[in-house]
Amino acid sequence: MAELIRLVSGGEPGEPPAGHGAIVTFIGTVRGENQGRKVVRLEYEAYEPLALRAFAVIADEVRNRWPSARVAFHHRTGSLALGEASVIIVAASPHRAEAFSACRYVIERVKQIAPVWKREFFEGGDVWIEGASVDASDEASREEAYRRACE
Amino acid sequence: MRITIRLFGRLHDLAGATELVRELPGAATVSTAWTVLAEEFPAIAPYARSVSAAVNADFGKMTTPLADGDEVAFLPPVSGGQGPRMHRPEHAHDR
Repeated sequence: MAELIRLVSGGEPGEPPAGHGAIVTFIGTVRGENQGRKVVRLEYEAYEPLALRAFAVIADEVRNRWPSARVAFHHRTGSLALGEASVIIVAASPHRAEAFSACRYVIERVKQIAPVWKREFFEGGDVWIEGASVDASDEASREEAYRRACE
Repeated sequence: MRITIRLFGRLHDLAGATELVRELPGAATVSTAWTVLAEEFPAIAPYARSVSAAVNADFGKMTTPLADGDEVAFLPPVSGGQGPRMHRPEHAHDR
């Protein structure tokens, strides 16, 4: 988290801090209950080079929507216990509204287009959690993420 | 042409493999690779409507042409969009 905050703060060695007025952080953690099941742990699997590509797409979209905002984010893979962090997002901007929106937009888009799959191990079995098809160019998904970011 | 196919999530469980090398006819597209795969592993066939694809680690489409040596990845749906978009009927419209 400290590393991501440094990334959005313009804190390159020798470079002055950007002086943003707001930094919003989000930590996604492993929930103990899902659709009535008692979750024991989660396993995340990623197609890493494509995930990095997806993250770059999301960062570009943020730049277009909120030019003054800077974001940094990270998704873990492998086996995670209850309460452990799976994803962290940091958004900075001169004013808090854009930072909150950019942060929310990133998590919505990560869940839509990042090639990261979640396998839930619960008491009595396991299941791959599958929602929407991955389509990075789908305008409707982008707009849905934007709507949620600004609600 | 010879291509490498990578499978993720539930697809690799159903096929019992994460990486396969297959010979495809010339003028093949991602769709050709999927058809060959679904014939070999009928258990993955129901994913025809929901699967996405990547070619050489960039987002692709079923119509993306393939060349010798390409890596094609088949991506089952990800966890996002839970709620109204989850398990949507085959002919549902987004809005």
